[in-house]
Amino acid sequence: MEKNQPASKLLRTDRKTGIVGYGAYIPRYRLPGSEVAMLWTGSPKGSPVKEKAVAGLDEDVITMSIEAARNALVRANIDASELRAVWVGSESHPYAVKPSGTLVAEAIGASNDIQAGDWEFACKAGTEAMVAAIALVGSGMGRYALAIGMDTAQGKPGDALEYTASSGGAAFVIGPREEAIVNIEATYSFVSDTPDFWRRPEQKYPEHGQRFTGDPAYFKHVESAGRVMLEELGMKASDFTYAVFHQPNPRFPLKAGKDLGFTEEQIKPGLLVPVIGNTYAGASMVGLTAILDIAKPGDRILQVSYGSGAGSDAFYLEVTEKIAERRELAPSTADYLARRTEINYATYARFRGKIDMG
Amino acid sequence: MENPRYWRLKKQRYSLLGEVCPHCDSKIFPPRDICPECGGEAKTDFAFSGKGKVYSYTVMRDAPAGYEQNAPYTVAIVALDEGPMVTAQLTDLGEEPVRIGMPVEMVTRKLREDGEKKGILVYGYKFRPICFHENSQPASQGQAG
Ligand SMILES: [Zn+2]
Repeated sequence: MEKNQPASKLLRTDRKTGIVGYGAYIPRYRLPGSEVAMLWTGSPKGSPVKEKAVAGLDEDVITMSIEAARNALVRANIDASELRAVWVGSESHPYAVKPSGTLVAEAIGASNDIQAGDWEFACKAGTEAMVAAIALVGSGMGRYALAIGMDTAQGKPGDALEYTASSGGAAFVIGPREEAIVNIEATYSFVSDTPDFWRRPEQKYPEHGQRFTGDPAYFKHVESAGRVMLEELGMKASDFTYAVFHQPNPRFPLKAGKDLGFTEEQIKPGLLVPVIGNTYAGASMVGLTAILDIAKPGDRILQVSYGSGAGSDAFYLEVTEKIAERRELAPSTADYLARRTEINYATYARFRGKIDMG
Repeated sequence: MENPRYWRLKKQRYSLLGEVCPHCDSKIFPPRDICPECGGEAKTDFAFSGKGKVYSYTVMRDAPAGYEQNAPYTVAIVALDEGPMVTAQLTDLGEEPVRIGMPVEMVTRKLREDGEKKGILVYGYKFRPICFHENSQPASQGQAG
Protein backbone atom coordinates (compact mmCIF):
# COMPACT_ATOMS: atom_id res chain seq x y z
CA MET A 1 0.00 0.00 0.00
CA GLU A 2 1.34 3.48 -0.85
CA LYS A 3 1.84 5.36 2.41
CA ASN A 4 0.85 8.82 1.15
CA GLN A 5 -2.56 7.85 -0.18
CA PRO A 6 -5.62 8.32 2.06
CA ALA A 7 -6.36 4.99 3.73
CA SER A 8 -9.01 3.02 1.88
CA LYS A 9 -11.56 1.06 3.85
CA LEU A 10 -11.34 -1.72 1.28
CA LEU A 11 -9.24 -4.82 1.88
CA ARG A 12 -6.95 -5.69 -0.99
CA THR A 13 -4.04 -8.11 -1.18
CA ASP A 14 -0.55 -7.35 -2.48
CA ARG A 15 -0.62 -10.56 -4.48
CA LYS A 16 -3.82 -10.68 -6.52
CA THR A 17 -6.20 -13.55 -5.91
CA GLY A 18 -9.31 -15.09 -7.38
CA ILE A 19 -11.79 -17.93 -7.14
CA VAL A 20 -10.22 -20.83 -9.03
CA GLY A 21 -12.98 -23.35 -8.27
CA TYR A 22 -16.48 -23.34 -6.80
CA GLY A 23 -18.88 -26.07 -5.75
CA ALA A 24 -22.44 -26.08 -4.46
CA TYR A 25 -24.27 -28.61 -2.35
CA ILE A 26 -28.01 -28.72 -1.78
CA PRO A 27 -29.53 -31.85 -0.23
CA ARG A 28 -32.26 -33.65 -2.13
CA TYR A 29 -35.23 -33.31 0.24
CA ARG A 30 -37.70 -30.39 0.13
CA LEU A 31 -40.24 -29.41 2.78
CA PRO A 32 -43.00 -27.24 1.27
CA GLY A 33 -43.83 -24.11 3.27
CA SER A 34 -47.49 -25.14 3.10
CA GLU A 35 -46.66 -28.26 5.20
CA VAL A 36 -45.26 -26.10 8.00
CA ALA A 37 -48.14 -23.62 7.77
CA MET A 38 -50.79 -26.39 7.85
CA LEU A 39 -49.35 -27.86 11.03
CA TRP A 40 -49.07 -24.67 13.02
CA THR A 41 -51.87 -22.48 11.60
CA GLY A 42 -54.30 -24.95 10.01
CA SER A 43 -53.98 -23.18 6.67
CA PRO A 44 -51.47 -23.85 3.86
CA LYS A 45 -50.90 -20.11 3.39
CA GLY A 46 -48.42 -17.77 5.05
CA SER A 47 -45.00 -19.26 4.30
CA PRO A 48 -42.48 -16.73 2.96
CA VAL A 49 -40.90 -19.46 0.78
CA LYS A 50 -42.25 -22.13 -1.57
CA GLU A 51 -40.09 -24.80 0.03
CA LYS A 52 -36.80 -25.39 1.81
CA ALA A 53 -33.98 -27.90 1.38
CA VAL A 54 -33.66 -30.50 4.15
CA ALA A 55 -30.61 -32.66 4.83
CA GLY A 56 -31.13 -36.43 4.95
CA LEU A 57 -30.67 -38.56 8.07
CA ASP A 58 -27.05 -39.31 7.26
CA GLU A 59 -26.09 -35.76 6.31
CA ASP A 60 -24.57 -32.93 8.33
CA VAL A 61 -22.26 -29.95 7.80
CA ILE A 62 -19.26 -32.29 7.44
CA THR A 63 -20.76 -34.55 4.76
CA MET A 64 -22.29 -31.65 2.82
CA SER A 65 -19.00 -29.73 2.98
CA ILE A 66 -17.17 -32.76 1.58
CA GLU A 67 -19.41 -32.91 -1.50
CA ALA A 68 -19.25 -29.14 -2.14
CA ALA A 69 -15.47 -29.24 -1.68
CA ARG A 70 -15.11 -32.13 -4.13
CA ASN A 71 -17.07 -30.12 -6.72
CA ALA A 72 -14.90 -27.06 -6.10
CA LEU A 73 -11.66 -29.06 -6.44
CA VAL A 74 -12.79 -30.63 -9.72
CA ARG A 75 -13.51 -27.16 -11.12
CA ALA A 76 -10.22 -25.79 -9.76
CA ASN A 77 -8.48 -28.66 -11.54
CA ILE A 78 -5.99 -29.06 -8.68
CA ASP A 79 -5.11 -31.91 -6.39
CA ALA A 80 -6.39 -31.56 -2.82
CA SER A 81 -2.83 -32.01 -1.57
CA GLU A 82 -2.02 -28.53 -2.96
CA LEU A 83 -4.41 -26.83 -0.49
CA ARG A 84 -2.82 -24.96 2.44
CA ALA A 85 -6.09 -24.36 4.34
CA VAL A 86 -9.46 -26.08 4.68
CA TRP A 87 -11.83 -23.78 6.55
CA VAL A 88 -15.48 -24.49 7.29
CA GLY A 89 -17.82 -21.68 8.37
CA SER A 90 -21.07 -22.82 9.97
CA GLU A 91 -23.35 -22.42 12.95
CA SER A 92 -24.28 -26.10 12.91
CA HIS A 93 -20.93 -27.88 13.19
CA PRO A 94 -21.70 -31.51 14.20
CA TYR A 95 -19.37 -31.29 17.20
CA ALA A 96 -19.26 -28.56 19.84
CA VAL A 97 -15.59 -29.38 20.32
CA LYS A 98 -13.76 -31.10 17.42
CA PRO A 99 -13.21 -29.29 14.16
CA SER A 100 -15.21 -30.09 11.05
CA GLY A 101 -12.28 -28.92 8.93
CA THR A 102 -9.92 -31.77 9.77
CA LEU A 103 -12.43 -34.44 8.77
CA VAL A 104 -13.41 -32.60 5.57
CA ALA A 105 -9.71 -32.18 4.73
CA GLU A 106 -8.98 -35.85 5.26
CA ALA A 107 -11.98 -36.99 3.21
CA ILE A 108 -11.10 -34.83 0.20
CA GLY A 109 -7.46 -35.93 0.30
CA ALA A 110 -5.78 -32.79 1.62
CA SER A 111 -2.38 -33.20 3.26
CA ASN A 112 -1.65 -32.98 6.97
CA ASP A 113 0.38 -29.80 6.44
CA ILE A 114 -2.56 -27.36 6.46
CA GLN A 115 -4.64 -24.90 8.46
CA ALA A 116 -8.02 -26.48 9.19
CA GLY A 117 -9.98 -24.44 11.75
CA ASP A 118 -13.72 -23.81 11.83
CA TRP A 119 -15.20 -20.33 11.62
CA GLU A 120 -18.19 -19.05 13.54
CA PHE A 121 -20.09 -15.80 12.99
CA ALA A 122 -23.73 -16.85 12.64
CA CYS A 123 -24.65 -16.62 8.94
CA LYS A 124 -21.42 -14.94 7.82
CA ALA A 125 -19.06 -17.64 9.06
CA GLY A 126 -18.59 -18.84 5.48
CA THR A 127 -17.65 -15.46 4.02
CA GLU A 128 -15.37 -14.81 7.01
CA ALA A 129 -13.55 -18.00 5.92
CA MET A 130 -13.44 -16.62 2.36
CA VAL A 131 -11.79 -13.37 3.50
CA ALA A 132 -9.25 -15.36 5.52
CA ALA A 133 -8.54 -17.60 2.52
CA ILE A 134 -8.03 -14.53 0.32
CA ALA A 135 -5.59 -13.14 2.90
CA LEU A 136 -3.66 -16.40 3.14
CA VAL A 137 -3.28 -16.70 -0.64
CA GLY A 138 -2.79 -12.94 -1.08
CA SER A 139 0.06 -12.89 1.43
CA GLY A 140 1.83 -15.68 -0.39
CA MET A 141 1.62 -18.07 2.58
CA GLY A 142 -0.06 -20.61 0.35
CA ARG A 143 -1.08 -21.06 -3.27
CA TYR A 144 -4.59 -22.41 -2.61
CA ALA A 145 -7.06 -22.24 0.28
CA LEU A 146 -10.51 -23.78 0.56
CA ALA A 147 -13.32 -21.78 2.21
CA ILE A 148 -16.69 -23.40 2.88
CA GLY A 149 -19.99 -21.97 4.12
CA MET A 150 -22.44 -24.72 5.07
CA ASP A 151 -25.33 -25.15 7.47
CA THR A 152 -28.10 -27.49 8.57
CA ALA A 153 -30.14 -24.70 10.11
CA GLN A 154 -32.89 -25.43 12.62
CA GLY A 155 -35.93 -23.47 13.75
CA LYS A 156 -37.82 -24.28 16.92
CA PRO A 157 -41.03 -26.15 16.03
CA GLY A 158 -43.71 -23.50 15.58
CA ASP A 159 -41.24 -20.60 15.32
CA ALA A 160 -41.36 -18.42 12.20
CA LEU A 161 -37.79 -19.56 11.40
CA GLU A 162 -39.08 -23.05 10.75
CA TYR A 163 -40.45 -22.03 7.36
CA THR A 164 -37.03 -21.02 6.12
CA ALA A 165 -34.17 -22.57 8.20
CA SER A 166 -32.63 -24.98 5.71
CA SER A 167 -29.59 -27.01 4.68
CA GLY A 168 -26.98 -26.35 2.00
CA GLY A 169 -24.00 -24.22 1.09
CA ALA A 170 -20.95 -23.88 -1.11
CA ALA A 171 -17.17 -24.22 -1.25
CA PHE A 172 -14.65 -21.94 -2.95
CA VAL A 173 -11.02 -22.64 -3.79
CA ILE A 174 -9.15 -19.34 -3.56
CA GLY A 175 -5.94 -19.20 -5.60
CA PRO A 176 -3.62 -17.00 -7.65
CA ARG A 177 -5.03 -14.49 -10.13
CA GLU A 178 -3.51 -16.20 -13.19
CA GLU A 179 -5.71 -19.27 -12.62
CA ALA A 180 -8.85 -17.42 -11.53
CA ILE A 181 -12.28 -17.95 -13.04
CA VAL A 182 -13.39 -14.99 -10.93
CA ASN A 183 -11.03 -12.17 -9.94
CA ILE A 184 -11.41 -10.96 -6.36
CA GLU A 185 -10.84 -7.22 -6.67
CA ALA A 186 -11.62 -6.10 -3.12
CA THR A 187 -13.45 -7.00 0.08
CA TYR A 188 -14.91 -4.86 2.85
CA SER A 189 -16.46 -5.81 6.18
CA PHE A 190 -18.74 -3.87 8.51
CA VAL A 191 -19.50 -5.14 12.03
CA SER A 192 -21.14 -3.94 15.25
CA ASP A 193 -22.33 -5.49 18.51
CA THR A 194 -26.01 -6.17 17.79
CA PRO A 195 -28.23 -8.59 19.80
CA ASP A 196 -30.54 -9.73 17.00
CA PHE A 197 -30.12 -13.51 17.08
CA TRP A 198 -28.21 -15.91 19.33
CA ARG A 199 -27.97 -19.41 20.72
CA ARG A 200 -26.43 -20.22 24.10
CA PRO A 201 -24.42 -23.44 24.59
CA GLU A 202 -26.58 -26.51 25.35
CA GLN A 203 -29.54 -24.99 23.52
CA LYS A 204 -30.72 -26.77 20.39
CA TYR A 205 -32.58 -23.85 18.83
CA PRO A 206 -31.65 -20.18 18.49
CA GLU A 207 -33.47 -17.20 20.01
CA HIS A 208 -34.11 -13.96 18.19
CA GLY A 209 -35.03 -10.45 19.24
CA GLN A 210 -38.14 -9.89 17.12
CA ARG A 211 -37.63 -6.16 16.76
CA PHE A 212 -33.94 -6.45 16.03
CA THR A 213 -33.86 -8.59 12.92
CA GLY A 214 -34.81 -5.93 10.36
CA ASP A 215 -33.59 -2.34 10.27
CA PRO A 216 -30.84 -2.17 12.94
CA ALA A 217 -29.50 -5.59 12.06
CA TYR A 218 -29.79 -6.97 8.51
CA PHE A 219 -30.42 -3.74 6.61
CA LYS A 220 -27.95 -1.59 8.53
CA HIS A 221 -25.04 -4.00 8.02
CA VAL A 222 -25.79 -5.24 4.50
CA GLU A 223 -26.44 -1.75 3.19
CA SER A 224 -23.45 -0.20 5.00
CA ALA A 225 -21.12 -2.85 3.60
CA GLY A 226 -22.57 -2.48 0.09
CA ARG A 227 -22.60 1.32 0.20
CA VAL A 228 -19.01 1.68 1.46
CA MET A 229 -17.85 -0.79 -1.20
CA LEU A 230 -19.53 1.17 -4.00
CA GLU A 231 -18.33 4.54 -2.67
CA GLU A 232 -14.73 3.42 -2.23
CA LEU A 233 -14.69 1.89 -5.70
CA GLY A 234 -16.31 4.98 -7.17
CA MET A 235 -18.87 2.69 -8.78
CA LYS A 236 -22.65 2.47 -8.84
CA ALA A 237 -25.09 -0.42 -8.87
CA SER A 238 -25.53 -0.20 -12.64
CA ASP A 239 -21.80 -0.96 -13.12
CA PHE A 240 -22.55 -4.50 -11.91
CA THR A 241 -24.19 -7.35 -13.78
CA TYR A 242 -25.28 -9.23 -10.65
CA ALA A 243 -25.67 -8.73 -6.92
CA VAL A 244 -26.16 -11.45 -4.33
CA PHE A 245 -27.06 -10.77 -0.71
CA HIS A 246 -27.58 -12.86 2.38
CA GLN A 247 -31.13 -14.11 2.00
CA PRO A 248 -33.05 -15.04 5.17
CA ASN A 249 -36.29 -14.60 3.21
CA PRO A 250 -37.09 -13.31 -0.31
CA ARG A 251 -38.06 -9.81 0.87
CA PHE A 252 -34.90 -8.68 2.72
CA PRO A 253 -32.33 -9.06 -0.11
CA LEU A 254 -34.68 -7.47 -2.66
CA LYS A 255 -35.21 -4.45 -0.39
CA ALA A 256 -31.52 -4.08 0.54
CA GLY A 257 -30.61 -4.38 -3.13
CA LYS A 258 -33.19 -1.79 -4.14
CA ASP A 259 -31.93 0.62 -1.45
CA LEU A 260 -28.42 0.28 -2.95
CA GLY A 261 -29.74 0.88 -6.46
CA PHE A 262 -29.88 -2.69 -7.78
CA THR A 263 -32.76 -3.98 -9.89
CA GLU A 264 -34.59 -7.27 -9.43
CA GLU A 265 -32.99 -8.50 -12.67
CA GLN A 266 -29.53 -8.15 -11.09
CA ILE A 267 -30.60 -9.96 -7.90
CA LYS A 268 -32.95 -12.74 -9.07
CA PRO A 269 -30.30 -15.10 -10.59
CA GLY A 270 -28.63 -15.48 -7.18
CA LEU A 271 -31.84 -15.45 -5.15
CA LEU A 272 -32.38 -19.09 -4.18
CA VAL A 273 -34.21 -18.61 -0.88
CA PRO A 274 -37.71 -19.09 -2.40
CA VAL A 275 -36.84 -22.67 -3.43
CA ILE A 276 -34.20 -23.78 -0.89
CA GLY A 277 -34.86 -21.59 2.15
CA ASN A 278 -32.22 -19.84 4.23
CA THR A 279 -29.00 -21.87 4.28
CA TYR A 280 -27.47 -19.49 6.84
CA ALA A 281 -23.66 -19.54 6.44
CA GLY A 282 -24.16 -20.96 2.95
CA ALA A 283 -26.77 -18.46 1.74
CA SER A 284 -24.91 -15.76 -0.19
CA MET A 285 -22.24 -18.28 -1.20
CA VAL A 286 -24.60 -20.81 -2.79
CA GLY A 287 -26.41 -17.86 -4.39
CA LEU A 288 -23.08 -16.86 -5.91
CA THR A 289 -22.60 -20.36 -7.37
CA ALA A 290 -25.93 -20.04 -9.21
CA ILE A 291 -24.66 -16.76 -10.72
CA LEU A 292 -21.31 -18.28 -11.71
CA ASP A 293 -23.18 -21.06 -13.52
CA ILE A 294 -24.53 -18.47 -15.98
CA ALA A 295 -22.08 -15.52 -15.79
CA LYS A 296 -20.02 -14.32 -18.76
CA PRO A 297 -16.43 -13.07 -18.84
CA GLY A 298 -16.28 -9.43 -17.75
CA ASP A 299 -19.44 -9.64 -15.62
CA ARG A 300 -19.06 -7.80 -12.32
CA ILE A 301 -20.68 -9.21 -9.19
CA LEU A 302 -21.28 -7.66 -5.76
CA GLN A 303 -21.70 -10.22 -2.97
CA VAL A 304 -22.75 -9.15 0.53
CA SER A 305 -23.25 -11.62 3.37
CA TYR A 306 -24.85 -11.01 6.75
CA GLY A 307 -24.27 -12.65 10.11
CA SER A 308 -26.20 -11.87 13.27
CA GLY A 309 -24.37 -10.36 16.15
CA ALA A 310 -23.68 -8.64 13.63
CA GLY A 311 -21.76 -7.96 10.46
CA SER A 312 -21.51 -8.12 6.67
CA ASP A 313 -18.70 -9.04 4.28
CA ALA A 314 -18.82 -7.47 0.83
CA PHE A 315 -16.91 -8.80 -2.21
CA TYR A 316 -16.26 -7.13 -5.54
CA LEU A 317 -15.82 -9.92 -8.09
CA GLU A 318 -15.14 -9.93 -11.81
CA VAL A 319 -15.63 -13.02 -13.99
CA THR A 320 -12.73 -14.07 -16.27
CA GLU A 321 -12.67 -15.86 -19.62
CA LYS A 322 -11.68 -19.11 -17.84
CA ILE A 323 -15.21 -19.58 -16.49
CA ALA A 324 -16.66 -21.38 -19.51
CA GLU A 325 -14.24 -24.31 -19.62
CA ARG A 326 -14.30 -24.92 -15.86
CA ARG A 327 -17.94 -24.64 -14.81
CA GLU A 328 -18.91 -27.71 -16.86
CA LEU A 329 -16.59 -29.90 -14.77
CA ALA A 330 -18.98 -30.32 -11.81
CA PRO A 331 -22.75 -30.41 -11.25
CA SER A 332 -24.40 -27.00 -11.53
CA THR A 333 -26.47 -25.45 -8.78
CA ALA A 334 -29.48 -25.86 -11.09
CA ASP A 335 -28.71 -29.61 -11.18
CA TYR A 336 -28.97 -29.71 -7.39
CA LEU A 337 -32.20 -27.68 -7.46
CA ALA A 338 -33.72 -30.10 -9.97
CA ARG A 339 -32.80 -33.14 -7.85
CA ARG A 340 -35.81 -32.87 -5.58
CA THR A 341 -37.85 -35.21 -3.38
CA GLU A 342 -40.75 -33.66 -1.52
CA ILE A 343 -41.23 -34.73 2.12
CA ASN A 344 -43.98 -34.13 4.67
CA TYR A 345 -43.61 -32.68 8.15
CA ALA A 346 -43.41 -36.09 9.84
CA THR A 347 -40.47 -37.17 7.68
CA TYR A 348 -38.86 -33.77 8.22
CA ALA A 349 -39.19 -34.13 11.99
CA ARG A 350 -37.52 -37.55 11.82
CA PHE A 351 -34.71 -36.33 9.55
CA ARG A 352 -33.88 -33.34 11.70
CA GLY A 353 -34.21 -35.03 15.11
CA LYS A 354 -37.22 -32.97 16.19
CA ILE A 355 -39.07 -35.83 17.88
CA ASP A 356 -37.57 -35.04 21.30
CA MET A 357 -38.73 -31.45 21.20
CA GLY A 358 -38.69 -29.69 24.49
CA MET B 1 -0.76 -41.01 18.36
CA GLU B 2 -2.44 -42.47 15.38
CA ASN B 3 -0.77 -45.40 13.72
CA PRO B 4 -0.35 -45.50 9.94
CA ARG B 5 -2.56 -48.54 9.60
CA TYR B 6 -5.51 -46.73 11.22
CA TRP B 7 -4.85 -43.66 9.09
CA ARG B 8 -5.05 -45.77 5.93
CA LEU B 9 -8.30 -47.34 7.13
CA LYS B 10 -9.79 -43.89 7.58
CA LYS B 11 -8.71 -42.78 4.11
CA GLN B 12 -10.28 -45.85 2.51
CA ARG B 13 -13.47 -45.36 4.52
CA TYR B 14 -13.89 -41.66 3.69
CA SER B 15 -12.98 -41.74 0.03
CA LEU B 16 -12.51 -45.22 -1.47
CA LEU B 17 -8.73 -45.07 -1.48
CA GLY B 18 -7.38 -48.44 -2.64
CA GLU B 19 -4.35 -49.76 -4.47
CA VAL B 20 -3.23 -50.53 -7.98
CA CYS B 21 -1.02 -53.50 -8.78
CA PRO B 22 2.23 -52.39 -10.50
CA HIS B 23 2.54 -55.83 -12.13
CA CYS B 24 -0.88 -56.46 -13.71
CA ASP B 25 -2.67 -53.10 -13.21
CA SER B 26 -5.51 -54.66 -11.17
CA LYS B 27 -7.31 -52.17 -8.95
CA ILE B 28 -7.59 -53.35 -5.36
CA PHE B 29 -10.17 -52.49 -2.69
CA PRO B 30 -9.93 -52.64 0.24
CA PRO B 31 -6.15 -52.20 0.19
CA ARG B 32 -4.33 -55.40 1.21
CA ASP B 33 -0.84 -54.82 -0.24
CA ILE B 34 -0.96 -58.14 -2.13
CA CYS B 35 -2.61 -58.33 -5.56
CA PRO B 36 -5.48 -60.88 -5.52
CA GLU B 37 -5.03 -61.40 -9.29
CA CYS B 38 -1.31 -62.09 -9.66
CA GLY B 39 -0.10 -62.44 -6.06
CA GLY B 40 2.48 -59.68 -6.49
CA GLU B 41 3.19 -56.94 -3.98
CA ALA B 42 0.85 -53.97 -4.54
CA LYS B 43 1.31 -50.92 -2.34
CA THR B 44 0.62 -48.07 -4.78
CA ASP B 45 -2.31 -45.87 -3.70
CA PHE B 46 -5.20 -45.63 -6.13
CA ALA B 47 -8.20 -43.31 -5.77
CA PHE B 48 -11.31 -44.95 -7.17
CA SER B 49 -13.69 -42.86 -9.29
CA GLY B 50 -16.53 -43.84 -6.96
CA LYS B 51 -18.70 -44.89 -9.90
CA GLY B 52 -20.21 -48.35 -10.11
CA LYS B 53 -23.35 -50.44 -10.52
CA VAL B 54 -25.59 -52.27 -8.06
CA TYR B 55 -24.66 -55.97 -8.24
CA SER B 56 -27.16 -57.10 -5.59
CA TYR B 57 -29.00 -55.56 -2.65
CA THR B 58 -31.12 -56.24 0.41
CA VAL B 59 -33.38 -54.11 2.61
CA MET B 60 -32.45 -54.11 6.32
CA ARG B 61 -35.47 -53.70 8.58
CA ASP B 62 -33.87 -54.72 11.89
CA ALA B 63 -30.77 -52.60 12.17
CA PRO B 64 -27.77 -53.55 14.31
CA ALA B 65 -26.84 -51.37 17.32
CA GLY B 66 -25.86 -47.85 16.33
CA TYR B 67 -27.80 -47.97 13.05
CA GLU B 68 -31.38 -48.09 14.42
CA GLN B 69 -32.11 -44.49 13.50
CA ASN B 70 -31.65 -45.26 9.81
CA ALA B 71 -33.83 -48.39 9.55
CA PRO B 72 -35.13 -49.49 7.17
CA TYR B 73 -32.21 -49.01 4.82
CA THR B 74 -30.75 -50.71 1.78
CA VAL B 75 -27.37 -52.43 1.68
CA ALA B 76 -25.89 -53.25 -1.71
CA ILE B 77 -22.92 -54.99 -3.22
CA VAL B 78 -21.60 -52.46 -5.70
CA ALA B 79 -19.39 -53.46 -8.62
CA LEU B 80 -16.99 -50.52 -9.00
CA ASP B 81 -16.22 -49.44 -12.57
CA GLU B 82 -12.56 -50.35 -11.93
CA GLY B 83 -13.45 -53.93 -10.98
CA PRO B 84 -13.61 -54.59 -7.22
CA MET B 85 -16.88 -55.22 -5.35
CA VAL B 86 -17.72 -53.28 -2.19
CA THR B 87 -20.58 -53.65 0.27
CA ALA B 88 -22.16 -50.39 1.38
CA GLN B 89 -25.41 -48.66 2.28
CA LEU B 90 -27.39 -46.93 -0.45
CA THR B 91 -28.63 -43.44 0.34
CA ASP B 92 -30.66 -40.59 -1.21
CA LEU B 93 -32.90 -43.10 -2.97
CA GLY B 94 -35.88 -40.73 -3.00
CA GLU B 95 -38.76 -42.47 -4.74
CA GLU B 96 -36.44 -44.41 -7.04
CA PRO B 97 -36.77 -48.20 -6.75
CA VAL B 98 -33.41 -49.97 -6.41
CA ARG B 99 -32.60 -52.33 -9.27
CA ILE B 100 -29.74 -54.62 -10.25
CA GLY B 101 -27.43 -52.73 -12.61
CA MET B 102 -28.46 -49.29 -11.32
CA PRO B 103 -25.57 -46.82 -11.80
CA VAL B 104 -24.44 -45.42 -8.46
CA GLU B 105 -21.74 -43.09 -7.17
CA MET B 106 -19.85 -42.85 -3.88
CA VAL B 107 -20.71 -40.18 -1.33
CA THR B 108 -19.29 -39.69 2.18
CA ARG B 109 -22.02 -39.78 4.80
CA LYS B 110 -22.56 -40.27 8.50
CA LEU B 111 -22.65 -44.02 9.15
CA ARG B 112 -23.58 -44.03 12.83
CA GLU B 113 -23.38 -42.24 16.14
CA ASP B 114 -21.66 -43.92 19.04
CA GLY B 115 -22.93 -43.72 22.61
CA GLU B 116 -26.18 -41.77 23.09
CA LYS B 117 -25.21 -38.31 21.80
CA LYS B 118 -21.92 -38.42 23.69
CA GLY B 119 -19.71 -40.57 21.49
CA ILE B 120 -17.89 -40.13 18.23
CA LEU B 121 -19.67 -39.68 14.90
CA VAL B 122 -18.54 -42.25 12.36
CA TYR B 123 -18.36 -41.24 8.69
CA GLY B 124 -17.76 -43.36 5.62
CA TYR B 125 -18.71 -44.14 2.07
CA LYS B 126 -22.20 -44.92 0.86
CA PHE B 127 -23.58 -44.98 -2.67
CA ARG B 128 -26.44 -43.04 -4.24
CA PRO B 129 -28.08 -43.20 -7.66
CA ILE B 130 -26.09 -41.15 -10.19
CA CYS B 131 -28.21 -38.06 -10.59
CA PHE B 132 -26.18 -35.66 -12.71
CA HIS B 133 -25.13 -35.79 -16.35
CA GLU B 134 -21.98 -37.65 -17.21
CA ASN B 135 -19.62 -34.75 -17.97
CA SER B 136 -20.08 -33.67 -14.35
CA GLN B 137 -17.25 -35.70 -12.89
CA PRO B 138 -13.76 -36.73 -13.88
CA ALA B 139 -13.81 -39.61 -16.34
CA SER B 140 -13.82 -43.00 -14.65
CA GLN B 141 -11.08 -45.48 -15.40
CA GLY B 142 -13.35 -47.65 -17.52
CA GLN B 143 -14.23 -51.29 -17.02
CA ALA B 144 -11.30 -53.17 -15.48
CA GLY B 145 -10.77 -56.71 -16.74
ZN1 LIG C 1 -1.41 -57.93 -9.94
